[in-house]
Order: sequence, then C-alpha cells, then structure tokens
Amino acid sequence: MNSSTKKRGILGLLVVGIVLGIILWGGFNTAMEATNTETFCISCHEMEVNVYEELQETIHFNNRTGVRATCPDCHVPKEWVHKLVRKVQATNELYHKALGTIDTPEKFEAKRLQLAQNVWKAMKDTDSRECRNCHDFDSMDFERQESRSGEAHDEAIDKGWTCIDCHKGIAHSLPAGFDPTWNSPQ
Amino acid sequence: MKKTIVTLTASLAVLLFTGVAIAGVSSLRGDQAVDGMSEKPAKKKQMLVEGGIERSYQLQPPVIPHKIDKDEINLNVNTCMNCHSEKTFEQKKAPKVGDSHYVSRDGKVLETLSSRRYFCSQCHAPQVDVDPLVENTFEGAK
Repeated sequence: MNSSTKKRGILGLLVVGIVLGIILWGGFNTAMEATNTETFCISCHEMEVNVYEELQETIHFNNRTGVRATCPDCHVPKEWVHKLVRKVQATNELYHKALGTIDTPEKFEAKRLQLAQNVWKAMKDTDSRECRNCHDFDSMDFERQESRSGEAHDEAIDKGWTCIDCHKGIAHSLPAGFDPTWNSPQ
Repeated sequence: MKKTIVTLTASLAVLLFTGVAIAGVSSLRGDQAVDGMSEKPAKKKQMLVEGGIERSYQLQPPVIPHKIDKDEINLNVNTCMNCHSEKTFEQKKAPKVGDSHYVSRDGKVLETLSSRRYFCSQCHAPQVDVDPLVENTFEGAK
C-alpha cells in the first residue's frame, strides 16, 4: 500500500464520518424535537383526557394577552443536557403506557397524588427552573400586582421560596387529599 | 255612511292611544323589540377591595372582596381553603373560615370544615361595581 492510497482512505473515512454524523445527529435532534411538542404529548389519551383538559381552564392556556404555555414549556427543560436527562426518564412513561397503568380516568385519579408529587418534587429540586424560563422576580413589578401577591413575592425572595412552594395546582387540578399547608411554605 | 265614519274614527283613536301607551312602556332590559337581541351589558370585573367589604346586616355571609374565577371547588379539592383554612389563614393573612363552619349538623365540633359548609360560593359571592337596576334604600341593623 503506497502513501497516496492510504491518504485517500483516511479522507474517505473522514467524509463518511462527517456525513453519518450529520445524519445521525440531525436525526436524533429532530426526533427529540418532534417528541417535544404538545401535539405529540396529547397523542396519548392519558394526557389528552386528563391533564390537557384541565390545562385549558387555566391562565396558562387562555388569557388576556394570548400567550400560551404548552406541555413541554413547563415539563421539559430548555437546556440541552437537562432536556436529554428528562427524555431518558420519559422512557419509563413509555413502559407504563404499554402496561396501561393509567389508561382510564379512574386509574389516573387514583394515581394523581403520586404523579403530582413527582412533578412538585422535580420543580422544587430545580428551583422551579421551567417556570423561570418565563417568570423572573427581577422583571416582576410588585406595585402592579395585587397587594397580597406583591407582599407574598417579596417574602418569597427574602426567604428563598420557589414558585412551586405556593403555586401547586396552577395549571392542573389538585389531587384529592391535598393539604392546604402544602401551598404555604414557612 | 255616518255610522261607518264614526266607527272608523273611533277605531283609529283607539289604535293611536294603544300605540302611544305601548310606546310609553319600557322594561328593565330597555326599549328593545321582544324578539330582538338584548343589549350587551357593560363588562365588569370582579371587585378587589383591600381589607374586605363590610357586612350589610348581621349574620350576612361576608362577600368575597377578590376574584375567584381561578378557584376550584370540587370533589377532590377546595382551593379557597388554601388561604382560609384553620391551618393557613395566619400565614396567608386571610380571614379564617367561621367557627360555625366546623360544626356538623348534629352539633359535633369537627377538626376540619364540615361537609355541609364545603361549597363556599353557595353563600359567599364575589362583587362587581354596578348601579342597582332598582333603587334600594335597605339599611341593615349593624
């Protein structure tokens, strides 16, 4: 084997590698984005008939200014690494979809407290990161809020509370057995 | 011939008076044809009154001085209790649900809200700032 064929081989490998890389990487990202839409989320009836129905009654779906939050805005992180982690966790949801764990509204209702607590814990652990993609204390004008809201937000900054500490149930119905103190951090 | 003229004149007069009388009547919904659409009332927001609204008479269920359109009262949850419950009212600086609401129909004092007092909005209502349709001079005993 002379040096020119060797060079050509390496070059070919490089080209194939780059092309494959683009296709695989692009495909992976496209698939991840495709599963990151509201349309995809509510293609399962578990999501459509329970949580999506409830969302439609709330301010995150319908409001004065016409801004709407879709499922992934609140439930999938924006940053790539966190998003990937969440997507991997979501494979567990596929497993339970196959098992039919919550395939009727009754089964969903029975599990609602546990499911809600999972989401509350995730939001608490990340300091309500997904809320803060849109909402930020720094851009809140407490003077323009109702006095009770303004005062509570002021206190929240002082005491280091996070959004979910007080705002559980803001986008979906609260589970049976919800204790009012759960929305009252000390 | 004369008789016909008299009858015609009389009928005309009656018709005229009836017309005038009908024109003079207007209902609370305004001067609109009965089969017409009613006038759209001006949009009013639920009132927000700092410190609450005074009762109008003794034993009146206090009216709600804030919006409640995002609150939920159903089989699973009563979100009014997030602030007004015995556990949270101090921290949320909200009035506590009245003691009478913690008594069962048999007179037993309960730890939590009595189920017969569960549906707050059956007695407590939010208010809008509007002129009453009919003048009202009611003054309750304070």
